[in-house]
Amino acid sequence: MRAVVAEDSVLLRVGLVKVLEMAGFEVVAEAGDERGLLAAVEEHRPDIAVTDVRMPPTYTSEGVRAALVIRKQWPETAVLLLSQYVEEQYAADLLASDTARVGYLLKQRVADVEEFVEALRRVAAGGTALDPQVVSQLLLRRRSDPLDRLTAREREVLELMAGGRSNLGIAEQLVVSESTVAKHINNILAKLDLPTADADHRRVLAVLRFLGIAQ
Amino acid sequence: MRPTAGLRRRLGGIRQRTAFLTAGIPLQCAAFCLALAVLPVPVLTAVQRHRFRAMLDIVVPPATTEAIASRGLRDRLASPVVRRQLGYHLFAGPLVALGAVGTLVLGALGVAAVTVLLWIWALPAEWRIDHRGYLNTSAYISVGGLLVLLAAVRLTGALVRADGYAASQLLGPSRTEQMRRRIENLSESRAGVVDAADLERRRIERDLHDGAQQRLVSLAVNLGVARATLKDLPPDVRKVIDEAHREAKEAITELQDLVRGLHPAVLEDRGLDAALTGLAARVPVPVRLTVAVDPRPSPTVEAVAYYVVSETLTNVVKHAQASQVVVHVERKRGTMSVTVVDDGVGGADPSGGTGLTGLVKRVASVDGSLAIDSPVGGPTTVTVELPCAQ
Repeated sequence: MRAVVAEDSVLLRVGLVKVLEMAGFEVVAEAGDERGLLAAVEEHRPDIAVTDVRMPPTYTSEGVRAALVIRKQWPETAVLLLSQYVEEQYAADLLASDTARVGYLLKQRVADVEEFVEALRRVAAGGTALDPQVVSQLLLRRRSDPLDRLTAREREVLELMAGGRSNLGIAEQLVVSESTVAKHINNILAKLDLPTADADHRRVLAVLRFLGIAQ
Repeated sequence: MRPTAGLRRRLGGIRQRTAFLTAGIPLQCAAFCLALAVLPVPVLTAVQRHRFRAMLDIVVPPATTEAIASRGLRDRLASPVVRRQLGYHLFAGPLVALGAVGTLVLGALGVAAVTVLLWIWALPAEWRIDHRGYLNTSAYISVGGLLVLLAAVRLTGALVRADGYAASQLLGPSRTEQMRRRIENLSESRAGVVDAADLERRRIERDLHDGAQQRLVSLAVNLGVARATLKDLPPDVRKVIDEAHREAKEAITELQDLVRGLHPAVLEDRGLDAALTGLAARVPVPVRLTVAVDPRPSPTVEAVAYYVVSETLTNVVKHAQASQVVVHVERKRGTMSVTVVDDGVGGADPSGGTGLTGLVKRVASVDGSLAIDSPVGGPTTVTVELPCAQ
């Protein structure tokens, strides 16, 4: 697996490269801004591009813009966005066309190396990785009655599920058994009137559709 | 014998004050005659003001900026400013002029009396022979003249003071006007202070965001990498690394919470809606949020609104035991209203609690109002209205 990293803070970039190499990725190029990132992706066609949202020159949403370009021009390259704070609109823009091969995580999640590596692999393999914070903000945006029917625990499970995690991943995160998670998920899908699906990504798609951000 | 510097200064002062009053006499008379015809009162006032400034360095501030000269006679007479100025030109000014004439005459008499021995020689010798003992009388007259002169000097000072007082009272701004100006100045300077404080908060946030937070994240990343790769370390070393890793992550969280209370970057970058969404999503209680603020208010007002919601939600989580919170932020032309309703236990005391005091102060700093309705048993409603510039 080949990766490109774009991050303007040199310190963090070094750390990111380390984590990627540890996870078995080969970092073929590093960039510090939007232009550098797009040039690198065009040249190397990596399996995944990991990029910061705020980069020079304006420090607003360069990473998001670059990600949208990559999704359109080189769809086989997965994109993982890292952000200092969550802007659920960015996530919605990214997921609008396709929920596969996309990730949007808070920067500090990189520090939880094992989980971050798992998210990297999932996204590179065609899955989704959304920060729980992104999902809870999406839920907040979606003011619908069925959501009110969920228990607090079910909401937690929904957030992790929408983030793209497998049953095992959710079970580890919440320190419960996998069968308990499966039960919660069935309840959630029933309450939200969603079709039950076995495959993780189909399930994520259903939930994100429900949240109104996927086609 | 040369007079001392002090005496010279005294004499100079007397000369200056006398000249000032003398200059006033024709002016006051002319003003009286002209003002009778309600002629250009503002012009007369300006001339008087000039006399004060040029001769005594006393600045009488202009009463008002309204253009009076351009209006009709009736309007002009109705204006309290014109009436006060007329009061000076027709009453106080002439009185002072009268006093000044009297003082000048008194001064002249005094000079004549003091120097009586000098010019008495000009009288025919017969007169002196007829009036025996004239030397004694002259001496008395001289002493009397000296007293009169001293009185005239005193009177000059008193008249100048009286004229200055009358001018500042009648030609200057009225008390109400002065208060109004003071309030304007104070509001302006306070707005400046509030904005400066807000700017400072934003700067601190940026520094933390782009500096300390990034460093901490990369520190935590490096420790995480060390944890994941260095598997064959002695257990106590592993423990130290684990500890440091956890500490770094906690520090990031703490720093984020601190920044969130200050002025998060998302607020500056993306406005209230995005910032409040982030805030509400982190609250462990379900929040319904509606934000309709178009056009975007000033950064200071935005910051206060954000702070209000942030503080109120913190209080709800701490005290209310609520199961549902509704946050509504709306801008209607010149007012932004922020409403936070929770279905908790109620009984929130607006006078108690440091959090609420800070809230009240912060809202007041932009001339906003805050109302709390919290009966025991709930629900609690916090309503804040913030004026925003159109």
